Amino acid sequence: MRRMRSLRLKVNGDEVEVGAPDHWTLLEVLRYRLGLIGSKQGCDKGDCGACTVLVDGAPVLSCLTLAALAEGREVTTIEGLMPAHVARGGAGADPVQDAFDRCGALQCGFCQPGMMLSARALLDRTPFPTREEIQQALAGNLCRCTGYTQIFQAVEQVAAEAAGIEPAEPTWATYREAGQQPSPRARGVKGEDA
Amino acid sequence: MLRLPRFALERPRTVAEAVALLADPDREALLVAGGTDLLPNMKHGLFEPDVLVSLEDVDELRAVEVDADGWLSIGAMTTLADVAADERVVARAPALAQAVSLISGPQLRTMGTLGGNVMLDTRCQWYNQTYFWRKSLGFCLKKDGTVCHVVAGGRKCVAAASNDSAPALMSLSALVDVEGPEGRRTLPVDDLWLADGIWNKKLGKGEVLVRVRVPPQAAGHRGAYGKLRDRGSIDFPLLGVAARLDVGDDGAVADADLVAVALAARPVRVRGARERLVGARPGEASFREAVEAVADEAHRRLTPLENVPGDAEYRAAMVPVYVRRTLLAAAEGAGPVHHL
Ligand SMILES: Cc1cc2nc3c(=O)[nH]c(=O)nc-3n(C[C@H](O)[C@H](O)[C@H](O)COP(=O)(O)OP(=O)(O)OC[C@H]3O[C@@H](n4cnc5c(N)ncnc54)[C@H](O)[C@@H]3O)c2cc1C
Ligand code: SF4
Ligand code: FES
Ligand code: FES
Repeated sequence: MRRMRSLRLKVNGDEVEVGAPDHWTLLEVLRYRLGLIGSKQGCDKGDCGACTVLVDGAPVLSCLTLAALAEGREVTTIEGLMPAHVARGGAGADPVQDAFDRCGALQCGFCQPGMMLSARALLDRTPFPTREEIQQALAGNLCRCTGYTQIFQAVEQVAAEAAGIEPAEPTWATYREAGQQPSPRARGVKGEDA
Repeated sequence: MLRLPRFALERPRTVAEAVALLADPDREALLVAGGTDLLPNMKHGLFEPDVLVSLEDVDELRAVEVDADGWLSIGAMTTLADVAADERVVARAPALAQAVSLISGPQLRTMGTLGGNVMLDTRCQWYNQTYFWRKSLGFCLKKDGTVCHVVAGGRKCVAAASNDSAPALMSLSALVDVEGPEGRRTLPVDDLWLADGIWNKKLGKGEVLVRVRVPPQAAGHRGAYGKLRDRGSIDFPLLGVAARLDVGDDGAVADADLVAVALAARPVRVRGARERLVGARPGEASFREAVEAVADEAHRRLTPLENVPGDAEYRAAMVPVYVRRTLLAAAEGAGPVHHL
């Protein structure tokens, strides 16, 4: 018995109806039915976190979630962060997206959608996380480019700006916005000159 | 891109309905809980059922309760994240809370369940691979082939039990309640395992794990879990060690247990650990000596194979290290023992 199902999903606040067979994952429905290609198909087996989306506010891997089991749940993808922020009365991109940009928290960008959704979920439950809490929350999101430091700093930048203070550790944004190059030399780190 | 093979999804609302779906002679059916073990395996072509029976809607499998006699019961569908964070689990079964907190990564702990972890398929570096990869090597005994790549000439699969909760539950003398076509039965977690990497459980494929029950522990109960893995953020164990110490009113160890995982097809109890630890006093030299003796004994008895990734010689050298650290952590009421 091979059947196509009609699924009613709530994605980024929109009610959508799609047809998909039972063996399709949420990631496949998002990318190939709804055209929401922000969620990345990386390893497709649970290792990398590039396909992370929020289901009822919690980060899950859409490559291992059966699409049919997402019915009745609230799905948020990277495409939904900015509209949700605007709907809450904010302007422009979600502060996480803004901070990732300003803090140089990305290179190739492949990990970013998942990374930013894990970060958003963390900040929603813990607005002022410690460095260790940030590391724990992002432990399921692999980045092959950045070395993670700027990513952790970006999350700290969001928390600091929400509190109206400077982040404990200067970030790329700190240097850029002071008109300096955010290179090791500008940071005064010895022996690391590029 | 890894596609799932085709199947039909069923969503029963009760355990009895799930059991009936599994018993259908016309359609091969498998249970799926969080799917974090089964779906990657299916994407690798390791299972191709006609039907997946999701336990998602079976509410009776979700409760965590402590009954009047002090038994802690955890429904099979309780997520790993909920188990690790539950104060009752942390207080009554610290080794379990610690072990579960170190399983995979955050998203997978939100999805994966305790029942799925107990029922985890055994793992091997020659098996947990894509169909193409396995075919290139001529497959192996556990799936599609006739030889074992770990034990040359071996006739028995030695893929490793790799579920972190298993040694913790064994150290706590936990019970499991299962329901099948013949009704419900209870068995000790100790008796759940077979020394066969192809299917390492004494449960029938038509049985549903309903819940895990942890008996009340001694007043001076202390437990800890130690885990060696490649990346501290996400990987399966290269070695897992659960320790229990029951410290009596007199400050001496009255009872103890030590169980390891990621070695052979079933979790392994370190024989002789109890005898060496009983009577020793944490904080005194006698305890330190007993711990060293147990670490030496474990080093002799536990022999990692080239089944899971990680050099077996290195894993063997880590056995006494993790045994020692985990016992010392348990004595101090600390743990888990791991690295980031
Ligand atoms: C990248 C990655 C890292 C991982 N790291 C770890 C790790 O470090 N340690 C670890 O232990 N695991 C690890 N896992 C495996 C997995 O996430 C966990 O073991 C999880 O607990 C499995 O639970 P689940 O609900 O997702 O199981 P599922 O995948 O749904 O099921 C697993 C098996 O159990 C059976 N089953 C499920 N529920 C029941 C039930 N109630 N009764 C009878 N049978 C049942 C299924 O049929 C299936 O055979 C990892 C997985 C990935 C992808
Ligand atoms: S131990 Fe590994 S290689 Fe040998 S039969 Fe089992 S899965 Fe295959
Ligand atoms: S694509 Fe889902 S975890 Fe890698
Ligand atoms: S920016 Fe390339 S993987 Fe993270």
